[in-house]
Formats: sequence, C-alpha cells, structure tokens
Amino acid sequence: MNTGKRQKQRKVLLMGKSGAGKSSMRSIVFSNYVAKDVRRLGATIDVEHSNIKFMGNLMLNLWDCGGQDGFVENYLTHQRAHVFGSVAVLIFVFDIESREFQADVISYSNIIRALEECSPTAKVFVLIHKMDLVQARLRVQLFEERTEYIRTASEGFRDSVEFFPTSIWDQSLYKAWTQIIYFLIPNARSIEGLLQQLAEVIDARELILYERTTCLMVTHVTRGLETNNPFTDRFERISSILKTHKQSMAKHTGIPAGSANFAEMQIKTGRFMFFITRLTENTNLAASIPPSEQVFNAARVNILLVRPKFAELDIASKPRPGIQQA
Amino acid sequence: MDFQVWDFPGHLDYFDPAFDVDNIFEEIGALIWVIDAQDEYLEAIMRLNTTILNLQHSYPNINVEVFVHKVDGLSEDYKGDTFRDIIQRVQDELSDHGYENAPVSFYQTSIYDHSIFEAFSKVIQKLIPQLPTLEALLNSLCSTCHIEKAYLFDIMSKIYIATDTSPTDIGSYEICSDYIDVVIDVSEIYGWDRPAENGRTEIQETGNNDAESLITMERKGNNYLYLREINKYLALICLMGDDSPAEKKAVIDYNVGVFQAALKQVFPRAEREVIVPVTSPS
Ligand SMILES: Nc1nc2c(ncn2[C@@H]2O[C@H](COP(=O)(O)OP(=O)(O)OP(=O)(O)O)[C@@H](O)[C@H]2O)c(=O)[nH]1
Ligand SMILES: Nc1nc2c(ncn2[C@@H]2O[C@H](COP(=O)(O)OP(=O)(O)O)[C@@H](O)[C@H]2O)c(=O)[nH]1
Ligand SMILES: [Mg+2]
Repeated sequence: MNTGKRQKQRKVLLMGKSGAGKSSMRSIVFSNYVAKDVRRLGATIDVEHSNIKFMGNLMLNLWDCGGQDGFVENYLTHQRAHVFGSVAVLIFVFDIESREFQADVISYSNIIRALEECSPTAKVFVLIHKMDLVQARLRVQLFEERTEYIRTASEGFRDSVEFFPTSIWDQSLYKAWTQIIYFLIPNARSIEGLLQQLAEVIDARELILYERTTCLMVTHVTRGLETNNPFTDRFERISSILKTHKQSMAKHTGIPAGSANFAEMQIKTGRFMFFITRLTENTNLAASIPPSEQVFNAARVNILLVRPKFAELDIASKPRPGIQQA
Repeated sequence: MDFQVWDFPGHLDYFDPAFDVDNIFEEIGALIWVIDAQDEYLEAIMRLNTTILNLQHSYPNINVEVFVHKVDGLSEDYKGDTFRDIIQRVQDELSDHGYENAPVSFYQTSIYDHSIFEAFSKVIQKLIPQLPTLEALLNSLCSTCHIEKAYLFDIMSKIYIATDTSPTDIGSYEICSDYIDVVIDVSEIYGWDRPAENGRTEIQETGNNDAESLITMERKGNNYLYLREINKYLALICLMGDDSPAEKKAVIDYNVGVFQAALKQVFPRAEREVIVPVTSPS
C-alpha cells in the first residue's frame, strides 16, 4: 500500500442543496463550533476548502460546495473535471424537511453521474440530515423510505452507497463522520493490530484512538466482558463528551478552542479506571481498564513506551516487531 | 399567565431539588416562587402575597424564595426597575400586615446563563446550618493546597452547597459544572454492571470507591481540575493553580482525605429528608 513518507491526500466532496446543513456539520466537526453557533453561518459561496490532518499520513481535503443552483450548475459544466476528478468520497446531504424532495433527488442524480464519469471508484455516503425535526416515532420509517428512493437514483453506486440519519443536535453526527473517517484511513488494519497488542499488554478493557481536533474516533479495540457493554453508541457519545469539554474549557479560560487540549484526563472509580493521554501528533488514546492502581500505572508506562511505534505508523506501514511488556 | 410552574426545561431536567438534595438540610424547607418578569406580574404578586401571609401564619420559618425569572429578555435598566418594583410591592404588603421580617428573598434568574443555578445554590445554602463550618473547611483546604477555587457540589443537580470564601465568578462555576458532566457521562458508559470476571475478583479491591478525577491541561500555566466524590451525593471540585499536579497530587489527596473526614463530623447522619416544593399556582 502506501510506503514512503508521501502524504496521502484524500479529496472529500460535501454536496447537497443550499441550506441542507453542510457547512453546519463541517464547522461543528472540524472547527469547534457548538450546535447553536451555526445559525450565524451564511450560504457558502462556491467552494470552501479545508485540510485536516489525520494520523500523520492521511490528509483530508474537504470541499464544502455551496449548494445554490447557480453554483451546482457550474460544478456540473465548466468545472466538471476539476470538481469531480480524483474524488475519494462524496458526502451528499439531504434536508429531511425539504419540500422538494423529488427535485433534490434529480440534482443528486446529476451529481452522481458526474462522479461516476470522473471518479468511478469513489465512495458515496448519503446523510439524511436534520432528523431532530422529525417526531421520534416517525424517524426510522421516514429514513428508510428516503433511503430506498435515493438508492434507486444512485446509478453505478447503487450497491455501495451508505446512508446515515444525522442531526447536529445529537451524537448521530459523530456516528456518521466516524464511519466516513474509518473508510478513509489507509492503514486502519495495521493500527488496529497494534492497538490490539497494546490492549493485551496493558490488560485494557477497551482502547479508543481518536483524532485530537475533531474528537472523531479512528478505531477501537474491545476485549473480554467489555464487548457486552450495553452502551453500543458509546464511541460517538465519547466524541461528543470530549468535544463539549474542549469547548467549555476554551470558553472559560479564553484559550482558543483549537488549543484547549488537556495533557491527561483520569477518572478512577470502584468499577473502572479510565484515562486519556496523547498518543501521536494528531491522536489521543482513551483507555478503560480494571479498577486497579497497579494496572493503571503499568498501563501509563506502557503507552508511553509504544508511542514511537504509533508515530512510525503515521509515516509508513511496513512490518514491525510486536509490543513487549515494560 | 402570571405564574409558571417550574418544569426544568430540556437539559436542566435532573435539577429537581425535591429528591436530589434530600440529605443536605434538616427539617426546614423553602418555597420557591417563579415570577415571569416578561409578563404582567401584578396579579402574580397578589397571589404571592396571599401565600406568604398564609405561610407566616402557620409556618413562619419557611423561607420564601422569589425567582424573578426570564430576566434575559429585558434591558439592563428595565430589569433593575422591574426587580425593585416587585420587591417593593411584596414588602409593602408584608409590612401592612406586620410581617416586615418575614424570610422572603428575591433573585433575578434566567435559563440562558448560570444565574438559575446560582440562585438555587443560595437557596440551598441558607438551609444548611453548617455553612460557616463548610466554608471554613474549604478555605483551609484551598490555602494548604494552593487551590484557586473549591466547590462542594451536589452531583445530580449541580448546585453547589458551599464554596470557599474567595470571590466567585461565573466562569469557574461553569467549568466545574461542565466537568461533572464529563465524569458522570464517562462513569455511566464504563460503570455498567458487569458480571464478576471469574477468578479475577481480587482486582476489585484496589480501586477506591469514591470516584476521583483529574484533568491536566497541555499548556503550562493553565488551570487544571480535580474532582473527588465525597459521598453518594457530594463531590469536591477544585480549580487548581499553576504548579505541576504530579508533585502536588499526594499532598492534595492527603488534605482532601482530611477534609472528607471533617465533613463526616459535620454531617454525622448520612440520610436526611427535606422537601423543597417548587411551585406557583397558575
Ligand atoms: N434542525 C436542524 N437544523 C440544522 C441542522 N443542521 C443545520 N441546520 C440549520 O440549517 C441551516 C443551513 O445550514 P448551512 O450549513 O449553512 O447549509 P449549507 O448546506 O452549507 O448551505 P449552502 O452553503 O448554501 O449550500 C442553518 O441555519 C442551521 O441552523 C440540524 O441537524 N437540525
Ligand atoms: N427568555 C426566557 N424564556 C424562558 C426562560 N425560561 C423558560 N422560558 C420559556 O418560557 C416558556 C415556558 O416555559 P415552561 O418551563 O414550559 O413554563 P411552565 O409553564 O412554567 O412549566 C418556554 O417557551 C421556555 O422556553 C428564561 O429564562 N428566559
Ligand atoms: Mg454552506
């Protein structure tokens, strides 16, 4: 796969009708906005680019494409090759409240066709957004109806397109984006292998590796009884908890949200111990371990020792010796 | 509508003092009245006055706490005027009936900032006869451990029942209160009831049963946070100063232990029962 130190640029298109909520999502996930701040956003003019570095060798190149008709027209014609060329992922956002669902789907089809033509190997994620506006009991059904309809309009991506219900007001946003990021990480398997070894060495119940700025999970390993943890949504919940904490610290200390990072967090109770510490330049590691000071101290030391291994992973993915206990 | 029944909208939901703060105070209660400052309040005040007079007759010791609510919508000047007007009208009525010393207090509140928590905290603190002792204990903890600010929080409601006597500011209260959320949320996720891991039950005994948490910030010179569960209901939360926590951790642990022991003497009985009704007739 990717050997050498060359950075892997992955182009991600964010598209959908104007007002669908694309920039809102982007600002919350990538720029430390809180949900209520997004009311201040204006319509996006043309394309706004942002670059986010993940795990060292993955550079996310996000194109937030303004959704007003004139712009879309332009993407499909004059800028067709420029916009739709070498795309890794297209994220298409549908507003669940839209009164012109048919028209939205037609526009989606046009975009899909352009994508198929210029980047046939791209992956498509469709987000059915603003689900908070739908009554809870109607959500599943409505989501499924829309999904089915949109799938039939997905041309060559019909079988591979993935759907997520989302809202900026709950952790569903993190759930969807975590899946997208996971898809984009080039060496997820090797990271998981290394994490699994680490988990065994330190006797962790669960390890979660997440990106520091976005708090999005890169991957996790779960061992033993923890696989029965009833909170199956815990990964996106943790992203959301950590993000909120970061914002709270930023707000009250006057540190910009981007640098309101903690060096370490520990929580010790009679049932578990938990700590978060930095692993690589762009990632933190959260560990849930049995409630024992010994395990806790050994785990911290061991994590310190494996840091270089993960840093190496950032650069290349060639075979490495395993992790030895400290 | 003149009066509102306080229903704790949305995220303030768990903040029901009727069951949260049971163990904090003795048999005294307080009655909290909510007046909508954005609405016509004359009739509301008449009803409030009637109620206070009734209370004075049968339960003269019950504190009446008047929350002049939704002040966020009003301009600064108008807010002050309204507040003074309400106080005046209530006090005139009380002195007409010879009750000028009735225990009635007024607060300006809004759900859009922490004022409502502050008001609740003050209401609760009045009902704690041991408050001066608690404050003295917290003061001494702060000075021995170079703590900037220490709060004793009721965990579920996030009301603080005492703090050291250094000046309070909204920021430190909110940091601490948000921090409780982090600890509660993570504890919920990983504190689930797991069946005993066979043959490995011996590890259970080492962890301390009172939750403890620490956050250190990346940049030197920034505050860091320390939380220690005191009992089922109370947590001590400290905003620490600049020094390195690693060196001070042992000192803090020791002193918090001392504080905890002292607190047990202040509150020898664990369970207490007092109801604070939060009402207002509609
Ligand atoms: N209820 C609800 N409203 C949302 C959600 N996400 C975004 N919004 C609202 O939708 C409005 C439009 O959001 P934007 O993110 O600016 O839309 P956009 O897709 O970037 O639009 P263009 O830039 O014109 O293409 C904002 O006012 C948000 O408040 C959501 O999950 N739920
Ligand atoms: N501006 C403002 N509105 C508030 C405040 N507290 C509650 N409200 C609003 O007042 C309305 C009625 O609140 P609710 O708690 O249901 O009133 P209840 O009938 O007394 O239970 C809701 O629309 C709230 O959003 C406040 O502090 N400021
Ligand atoms: Mg936009």
